[in-house]
Amino acid sequence: MARRYDSRTTIFSPEGRLYQVEYAMEAISHAGTALGILATDGIVIAAEKKVTSKLLEQTASSEKVYLLNDNVICGVAGMTADANILINYARQAAQQYLFTFNEEIPVEQLVQKLCDLKQGYTQYGGLRPFGVSFIYAGHDAHFGFQLYHSDPSGNYGGWKATCIGANNASAKSLLKQDYKDEITLKEAKELAVKVLSKTMDSTTLSSEKLEFATLNLNDEGKVLYHLYKPEEIDTLLKEHNLGGTNESEEK
Amino acid sequence: MDCLLGIVGKDFVLTATDTSAARSITVMKKTEDKSRNLNKHIIMLYAGEPGDTVHFAEYVQRNVRFYEIKNGIELTPEAASKFTRRELANSLRSRKPYSVNLLLAGYNVKTEVPQLYWIDYLGSSVEIPFGAHGYGAYYCLSIMDRYHHPELTLDEAKVLIKKCIDELKTRFTMNLADFKIKVSDKDGIREITV
Repeated sequence: MARRYDSRTTIFSPEGRLYQVEYAMEAISHAGTALGILATDGIVIAAEKKVTSKLLEQTASSEKVYLLNDNVICGVAGMTADANILINYARQAAQQYLFTFNEEIPVEQLVQKLCDLKQGYTQYGGLRPFGVSFIYAGHDAHFGFQLYHSDPSGNYGGWKATCIGANNASAKSLLKQDYKDEITLKEAKELAVKVLSKTMDSTTLSSEKLEFATLNLNDEGKVLYHLYKPEEIDTLLKEHNLGGTNESEEK
Repeated sequence: MDCLLGIVGKDFVLTATDTSAARSITVMKKTEDKSRNLNKHIIMLYAGEPGDTVHFAEYVQRNVRFYEIKNGIELTPEAASKFTRRELANSLRSRKPYSVNLLLAGYNVKTEVPQLYWIDYLGSSVEIPFGAHGYGAYYCLSIMDRYHHPELTLDEAKVLIKKCIDELKTRFTMNLADFKIKVSDKDGIREITV
């Protein structure tokens, strides 16, 4: 019965659902996991890469974590090509704000701009929605460190810790158990790799399969974005006994 | 000719404008307020082409208000001045530019710093410790140069602005009527007398 109402984004079904939007979210649930954790002194984003191969030039391109502007980064789950369009849009929106006000865009406003665009694709134009969910991690002078999540419907919410992509439900319940409000960045990094190791399909973690980034303030109070190089991810994994080498020596 | 004055103190900004609205030889009104409050902590003083002035000032005021309602946060004086300057710069390259000169005075509640911006109709903007627009500048800037310092208290600022107003009354040819004097500090904007 649903078949009649799902081929166009711009119509409701009799039960009041937008099937195309729901199918977009279904597409994302098959994508690589990405999670974000808000700590008192920074934010962690960790993600599982789906495209892994020894032949892949790891240092050249990012698949999961991107810089949007000087104070906001994002993690992606879903169709990479769709994500690239949205990321470009967000980058332009951030610079447009900087052009007008000569200050960095507050994090929530950037999230809203993207979400307004995504919502447009569920209401008019006859085009399919974007098959991407984002986790935004950013800092501004108004509200400090913030973590947001948005999905293809254009809804967004602020979170202390959240997860998108495959196995996000089990990851979320693990996060719920172990997250505490006063968590530090160091503890958040540990929690991130631990949760990822439990929810990922593969048996051991290695830097080939992970993207890892942190956002915090440096000594002068400026926002510092650190995208971990493969060796740094390996070091972090070894620190918490979760693998970290290509040959599976441990666990 | 409209006279706009502004002085930054240690934790406040003081502004003064003349209140005379005249066209050619006739004085239409002696109680004109040549400013608009952009938000709780920012005052914008305007002078220039009649009509353009109020139109532009209210345009900026409405945009600042819209930003605050939409985003739930106050614009800083710096951001408001950059936005205003951008609008004037765009206007300059349009069919009929706005001919408005402004002083934007505000208190930044986040950094607890008072700020004053001098903006002219060509879209130049500069942050200043004290300044003026109009003929009044020729008489008052030297007085402000002599007596201003960064730790100015409100009482000292009142004395300083009175010196400027008295000088204009003595030496400026036009009868500038009264001056409207406002202060912006952490508690907001209020009108005062000197």
